[in-house]
Amino acid sequence: MGGYIPSTRSERAEMLRAIGLEKPEELFASVPEALRVKKLDLEPGLSELALFREMRGVAAKNRVYRSIFRGAGAYNHYIPAVVGAVTSKETFVTAYTPYQAEMSQGVLQSIFEYQTMICELTGMDVSNASVYDGATAAAEAVNMLVDAKRRVALISEGVHPMTLETARTYAFGADVEIRTIPLKDGRTDMEALASLLNKDVACVLLQSPNYFGLVEDGETVAKIVHENRSKFILSVNPIACALYKTPGEVGADVAVGEGQPLGMPLSFGGPYLGFMATTKALMRKLPGRIVGETTDDRGERAFVLTLQAREQHIRREKASSNICSNQALCAMTAAVYMAAMGETGLREVARQCHAKAAYLRGELARIGFAPLHEGPFFHEFVTACPAGKDELVSALAEKGILAGLPVDGGILWCATEMNSRADIDELIAAIGEVLA
Amino acid sequence: MKLLFEKSVPGRGMDILPPLDVPDCPLEAGLAREKALRLPQMAEGDLCRHYRALEKRAHGVCDGFYPLGSCTMKYNPKIDEQMAALDGFTGVHPLQDAKDAQGCLEVYARAEASLKEITGMDAVTFQPAAGAHGEFLGLLLIKAYHHDRGDLARTKILVPDAAHGTNPASATMAGFEVVSVPSTANGRVDVEALRALAGADTAGLMLTNPNTLGIFDENILEITKVVHEAGGLCYYDGANLNAVMGIARPGDMGFDVVHLNLHKTFATPHGGGGPGSGAVGVKALLRDFLPDGQVVGEAGNYRFERPKKSVGRVKEFYGNFGVVVKALCYMLSLGAEGVPEAATGAVLNANYLMHALVEGGYEAAVPGICMHEFVLTLEKLKHETGVSALDVAKAMIDRGIHPPTMYFPLIVHEALMLEPTETESRETLDECAKAMLDILKEAHTAPETLHACPVTTPIGRPDEVKAARNPVLKYEF
Amino acid sequence: MAHVPAELLYTKSHEWVQFTGETTARVGITDFAQNSLGDIVFVNLPAEGDGVTAGEAACDVESVKAVADIVSPVTGTVTAANNDLESAPEKLNESPYEAWIFEVSDISDREELLDAAAYEAFCATEEA
Repeated sequence: MGGYIPSTRSERAEMLRAIGLEKPEELFASVPEALRVKKLDLEPGLSELALFREMRGVAAKNRVYRSIFRGAGAYNHYIPAVVGAVTSKETFVTAYTPYQAEMSQGVLQSIFEYQTMICELTGMDVSNASVYDGATAAAEAVNMLVDAKRRVALISEGVHPMTLETARTYAFGADVEIRTIPLKDGRTDMEALASLLNKDVACVLLQSPNYFGLVEDGETVAKIVHENRSKFILSVNPIACALYKTPGEVGADVAVGEGQPLGMPLSFGGPYLGFMATTKALMRKLPGRIVGETTDDRGERAFVLTLQAREQHIRREKASSNICSNQALCAMTAAVYMAAMGETGLREVARQCHAKAAYLRGELARIGFAPLHEGPFFHEFVTACPAGKDELVSALAEKGILAGLPVDGGILWCATEMNSRADIDELIAAIGEVLA
Repeated sequence: MKLLFEKSVPGRGMDILPPLDVPDCPLEAGLAREKALRLPQMAEGDLCRHYRALEKRAHGVCDGFYPLGSCTMKYNPKIDEQMAALDGFTGVHPLQDAKDAQGCLEVYARAEASLKEITGMDAVTFQPAAGAHGEFLGLLLIKAYHHDRGDLARTKILVPDAAHGTNPASATMAGFEVVSVPSTANGRVDVEALRALAGADTAGLMLTNPNTLGIFDENILEITKVVHEAGGLCYYDGANLNAVMGIARPGDMGFDVVHLNLHKTFATPHGGGGPGSGAVGVKALLRDFLPDGQVVGEAGNYRFERPKKSVGRVKEFYGNFGVVVKALCYMLSLGAEGVPEAATGAVLNANYLMHALVEGGYEAAVPGICMHEFVLTLEKLKHETGVSALDVAKAMIDRGIHPPTMYFPLIVHEALMLEPTETESRETLDECAKAMLDILKEAHTAPETLHACPVTTPIGRPDEVKAARNPVLKYEF
Repeated sequence: MAHVPAELLYTKSHEWVQFTGETTARVGITDFAQNSLGDIVFVNLPAEGDGVTAGEAACDVESVKAVADIVSPVTGTVTAANNDLESAPEKLNESPYEAWIFEVSDISDREELLDAAAYEAFCATEEA
């Protein structure tokens, strides 16, 4: 009974006879003999218990840190129990894309609720149903904004390096030119930005808080970008959105970001969630699925996938994006997380992240890890490292602590609501021991 | 049904976080968000009830038969879910040192080894998050390959007219011009037409085999040869691999690059539209162009490597890792015998169902033995009774069956595409055949009742025109 | 049978043209076109100043499940687009010959155009 096939061998023989065949091989008569696989070079199949033991053993080869001070694009947050309880529901886990609206209202409504929450969080008018992750959201935003005349995208060097590289790779495909905007004291250099803008520039991408944790001056960027009749893409941390000016408030045309902090575990980098929202004016350029509200033939509220003529299954080679499957269950995860937290709870997560980071920054400075940059930061920051970075990180690892990420010039630290004061004090003491 | 926002009551909520245990640190002036953040305010119990109500208004694999063509809605094993949820996997930071994440790297290494064997390819990347994402990457690899050889004239991708919509869209995203290749009357690639189209400007061909009509193209070796002789590369859209895994390998058919939908063929669940995983396999000639982050080394000493001429990356980190864990579990469960057995079961089930439907009066778009799926054409029925493929699909809902894929492939009129998968029992197939034959009878006797279907669902047919003309895309508070 | 006004000229891709001067014209889609597209939900209008080329797509219209190019019957410069269609695309279904889509001036070239009788005959072959 391999392969989760219910029918027994004798049933299968009867079914074969019913269609006028004798041997299963006859089903593959159209496959040329030369192509037939004799036997796959794989191990024999495992029973469930054997598989359980095997995979538990594989998982045990990973180190799971009890204390994490590393972010850099993947953040350790508390996930309320209700989140997993909802998103592990059989039907949500196994349903396909809600093409058949009549039997998919539950999935469609949950996406509509998610879209509403993303709009609230980012201050934008329209959200799609998700894309793969924060990096692809940024790359899709660039593709969405270039046109026949404007083929250049400016990207700040404060954007996560993996996002920058993803945008570059997408640009290689779409024959778009990427130029980077240098930093000054850890933040995007406004003078450099102004000098790079010209009539070829379709859009400008910044991240705030940026890769080094610093809050960018989005309002000034929006102003100078719009004076050039270019569009402004702002990549944000969704938790920070609860406290800081939203992309909508600073005047961004497209808001994108990595939604992992909204209830998704670290899980070695995925599955995560790319969120993407824009203004009403750009609504029809937004890639990906979008759910809309309408009525049914009885006049009742109903939800459907809408504006589908933008998408690949209709527009084919003229579609601006090929995205089909997205990260729907991750979008639902984010929605349940935000609903569980509410405004008060989400603002509290953000407040605690910021306060713990400030405390950590002060404590590190006290023992000789001077901050590299001044200016406002959210929950990450870079410090100098008075000792060998790699040696320090390894020594802390032995104590069960995942230190900040070694970067050019120092270490990129992160604190969240998960790092208690005791954890931070322990880290400081442990560093002291290592340095001694 | 009410939305979360309509159930929200100011002051309600949950108690999740302990009080702040370090000094508060207010934001500097001018940085704070000005608008209120209108998230739902709800008690945990009410929140759970809301989502339970939504769950009842949806349809998953365990709610009933799901013969959605091209989507491979097979059963998703529970042990796979449980293994992907192990703390030893979910608690690992993606930027941990490789020596601290040997288990995760081993998952990638072992999944790669299995997929190489199943596809006949030389290397696999797991970075793409979905099938279309894999197509895009695969085409970028082809582009990088030609550019690396200084061959900049290869700007066209050949795509059969029956292809999935993602194929031409991916080709455009990768900067290629799409050239449509016609199908013959019996659903195969028109090899002579292909020969005439292939030339010095051909970057490659995208093909799914079995194709979207459920036919294995027996000319496949000739097709890939024509493209190779013109200097192009061959791309295999693995959406339909479930028919032939363990039976025939894309690598042996002459394909240079292939994407797989782990969320179809390898039993990972679809999650209402994602996350998936669009692993991409390549022959040695493309290996150096793969994205950053190939796992190399031996057990216990795995590490990530950036291939010499890498195209870069199409995603942050390494891929939808949790999905790959599930796919690896599935492959380990099936093993050498189980993989072809699953494919054979899928093809048997499809033929059994098609046979019953054709015997009962439905018309197959392409008669004969099919692969894992088949396409019916209801053009004659529509003409005779006014009952369309859409009507039949909606009537199936009332009988507890998720409708097949409708109106695809585009070259078949009034198409219904059914893919039962191997994990359905004979009784389920018999019940589906009976339901569909009842609908056929009703189409001739009482067509108007079918126009009104479905009647058993929470909503009737939605007004899609209204939704598109006056888009309401979020709740207006 | 689709309505075909006698005073207009037509393309085989089902656009109508009304010449408003020596080198100016209005363009729309025919009754036959709107009928085969079904409910039109959005019109992607060209922008003023866009150059259009006879025989090439100038813009497109969307129905729920399809998108169709509007092929410009003439070569010239777009001087106006019917912005009313942005909020009321249904006018293309309700009165296709009043709901013009764009106006072109400085016309330098045109497709081979059919008169009403020839177009009607052409539609008859399309239906068959």
